[in-house]
Amino acid sequence: MANEVKLYGIDESLFVCGVKTALNLKNVKYEFVVEDLSNKSADLLKYNPVYKKVPVLVHNGNPISESLVIVEYIDEVWKGVPILPQDAYEKAQARFWAKVVNDKCFPAVVNAFSSNGEEQAVAEAHEALQFLENELKVKGSKFFGGDNINLVDIAATFVAFWIGAAEEALGIEVMSKHKFPKLTEWSDNYINCQAVKDSLPPRENVVAYFKKRFGKA
Amino acid sequence: MNPATEELIPVHQKMEDEVKLHSFRGSPYGCRVEIALKLKGISYQFIQEDLNNKSQHLLKYNPVYKKVPVFVHNGNPISESLVIIEYIDQLWKGVPVLPQDAYKKAQARFWAKFIDEKCIPAVFKVFGSHGDEQDVAEANEQLQFLENELSVKGNKFFGGNNIGLVDICASYIAFWAGAAEEALGIELVTKDKFPKLKEWCDNYINCQVVKDGLPPRERLVAYYKWRFGKA
Repeated sequence: MANEVKLYGIDESLFVCGVKTALNLKNVKYEFVVEDLSNKSADLLKYNPVYKKVPVLVHNGNPISESLVIVEYIDEVWKGVPILPQDAYEKAQARFWAKVVNDKCFPAVVNAFSSNGEEQAVAEAHEALQFLENELKVKGSKFFGGDNINLVDIAATFVAFWIGAAEEALGIEVMSKHKFPKLTEWSDNYINCQAVKDSLPPRENVVAYFKKRFGKA
Repeated sequence: MNPATEELIPVHQKMEDEVKLHSFRGSPYGCRVEIALKLKGISYQFIQEDLNNKSQHLLKYNPVYKKVPVFVHNGNPISESLVIIEYIDQLWKGVPVLPQDAYKKAQARFWAKFIDEKCIPAVFKVFGSHGDEQDVAEANEQLQFLENELSVKGNKFFGGNNIGLVDICASYIAFWAGAAEEALGIELVTKDKFPKLKEWCDNYINCQVVKDGLPPRERLVAYYKWRFGKA
């Protein structure tokens, strides 16, 4: 049966990039369908009626939404480079940390920027990022996944790439090298992985996007 | 101590397996894990936590969230109910909680996420605001997605003929929501508005493993009267 893989998204979305990274890791050929989020396609609304958001992966006509759900699906369907560990306990730990990144770190970091660097918001972002910093310290490895990237690294794409771009766009410091040496080192390593590099949009586009989205009037 | 109700230790659970669950009686998230364990026939030790005075173990096992449930298998802790349930499903064979098929599995995970991120918070908000009109409208919108899913699939449960991850995840809607509705005199999941969902609720709480895992209803109603009740 022909393997038809389509990814609906926009270039600047970190969630879309996470899915692209997973597809790249597995060497999956796919068609990227660019959405205009101010004028969503009939297809997108049909494929993701609950959230009406990107990314949506459509595999042989079957749609899947929510980036981490999509990444796990990709890992199960296409063999090759593993995105999740085999061992049940390590897999559980990976899922837990991916959730921490998504549910705790991401909102805290977004809030730090959207509040224009308000003290309490930045403090909360630091508290959330500190968990990741500690996890890297404890693990002592290059990536959250060990020698190679895994689900957690992919979930933390925004830390590696978007935080820096947002900091530049808004002139706010949220993740300094001084406070977060391990995370900073991890970020450099992460964005230099080929599968990740190939997924990322040009940095200046993301900076421009943030200036528009969060910037002062 | 609250071992599973199975009389025989199932062959797939090793004699030396130490399985503990830190939770509190009545926790909807803790109950999810208990239902999954009962489905698999796994014996476990229930450790009651006082949320106003959390144990050293809990704080050590879950330093990030400091919440229950925390599942501890042979000294190895796992937090977050859905992560725990997937672990249980992978480790112990027997009755499957997740489908085998990758696509159906992805769908189950999607709906479980939706219930946690959209549905439950929306329903909870209705109780907190004592049935504010806007909150009710918002909750109805989210519940409608579940109603539609049951309609479209035409099955007894979200998991098909048997309960699965999504059903377990929606335990709050099947049981806790009804108790809160009674406590506050609010009607939310009604047969009129959500016939499929209401039917699902009745079927779900009548499953033996679910019945065995649920807290006593009157106590929950009393708790909600105290927690949400008008002064």
